Amino acid sequence: MTVTEARPRTVTADVRVVRRRLGPGRRIPYAFWIGPLLLLAVWSAGSATGLISPAILTAPWDVVVAFGEQWTDHDLLGNILSSLQRAALGLGFGVAAGGVLAVISGLSRFGESLIDGPIQIKRSVPTLALIPLFIAWFGIGQEMKIVTIALISLVPIYVHTHNGLRGIDGKYAELAETLDIGRGEFVRHVVLPGALPGFLLGMRFAVTSSLLGLVVVEQYNATAGIGHMITLAEQYGQTDVIVVGLVIYGIFGYCADSAVRLVGRRVLAWRRTLED
Amino acid sequence: MATDTRGLTATEPAVRVRDLHRSFSESGGVLNGLDLDIAPGEFVALIGRSGTGKSTLLRALAGLDRDVAGHGEIEVPASVSVVFQDSRLLPWRRVLDNVVLGLRGAGAEERGRQALAEVGLEGRERSWPFQLSGGEQQRASLARSLVREPQLLLADEPFGALDALTRLRMHALLRKLCEAHRPAVLLVTHDVDEAIALSDRVIVLDAGVVRADVRVAGRSPVELRSFLLEELEIR
Repeated sequence: MTVTEARPRTVTADVRVVRRRLGPGRRIPYAFWIGPLLLLAVWSAGSATGLISPAILTAPWDVVVAFGEQWTDHDLLGNILSSLQRAALGLGFGVAAGGVLAVISGLSRFGESLIDGPIQIKRSVPTLALIPLFIAWFGIGQEMKIVTIALISLVPIYVHTHNGLRGIDGKYAELAETLDIGRGEFVRHVVLPGALPGFLLGMRFAVTSSLLGLVVVEQYNATAGIGHMITLAEQYGQTDVIVVGLVIYGIFGYCADSAVRLVGRRVLAWRRTLED
Repeated sequence: MATDTRGLTATEPAVRVRDLHRSFSESGGVLNGLDLDIAPGEFVALIGRSGTGKSTLLRALAGLDRDVAGHGEIEVPASVSVVFQDSRLLPWRRVLDNVVLGLRGAGAEERGRQALAEVGLEGRERSWPFQLSGGEQQRASLARSLVREPQLLLADEPFGALDALTRLRMHALLRKLCEAHRPAVLLVTHDVDEAIALSDRVIVLDAGVVRADVRVAGRSPVELRSFLLEELEIR
């Protein structure tokens, strides 16, 4: 009697046969920060021991000092906000246009014949090489900068969304046909969610591309922005300020990419993949 | 061999097929002049060896064969629903959203909940499809079909991928649901016992025409089984 009433976990041992794991395994807590922090540690150690001379790369603590100076004396916050606004506007237009074009070209053969060719041609022309043309069309103001960033982020969104959309299993389209749903509902319930993994991958590339575009366009006649700050620092030979700018670009990119991945993990909860 | 059923249906048939031809290549047809009537509320099982045109016929009735060459007349009710071998739940929509997909009108969600309860999936409305077992997924797809109250239910080996025990439970569920909703049913299956257990009428397809057409009522299952196996040239 007493034996059967005993709690099993106090008496039974846990003996298992466990297979060797082939997937990446469990998540490491704060895994996000390990790589960047290691990089910072190597940089600090190099600067402290003199292996990295200040002429080559400013020491991290000097960058912090320069950051403080820029913040108090040269409106660093204003520069950051100005750059962010430019990147966000360009990215927004680019993502919207790329997504819409991908859906049109993915769903209609006619749309594909109109859209796909020009975008593939555009892909092989570096957007940065188009800047002189854009300057002629839009001047050297904000429009040129936003158009350039939009175009540069449109391409990865288009390519990956289109690819994701075309990769949706045809049996779901067949199911939708038997349910008599309209084209709008088909897009909303089958096409968009099915293409979402592709879109999010495109988004990761687009975010990085938009920052790349930002770096270049801000060299042209900007009166504010991180690129403007770097251009000035270049003229005055302030390496530490240049590094401040680079670090800020890096942080932008890293945060944006992390945000996209985080969103991806939440909205793709329906998938069971090696990621989880 | 074929038993004549014409004249037995007093009302307009739910499904009427005349001289149906379908072929995937120049050399030979998959369906060669097939005739078929299904009465409203009648449960017809369609058996036949592989490649005899069972799925081709079902897809023709479902309107899913627009790219297949052929001719003939097909009349089906306005509301037709298909149950596939795989459940075809959209993996990115929760179970309830899958069931009410494309359903219009007020109370669609409430009807979806009722349909899920009817197939024994109450409480799983918010689950993702991958969280359901194979049998549960197929039950959800049955709920998705029934919530539309079809006059014709087309099922293409719906239990083919399930284990034997789950299949028996699904048989009982399908019979119960069909008795409650009374759609005409065309069930494509490989399984002679499944055909006998579920249907009012069994049709044996061979070389794209009806080879045998027998009523289940009034015959002993053992005798019917050996007759059907003979028609399938298994004995």
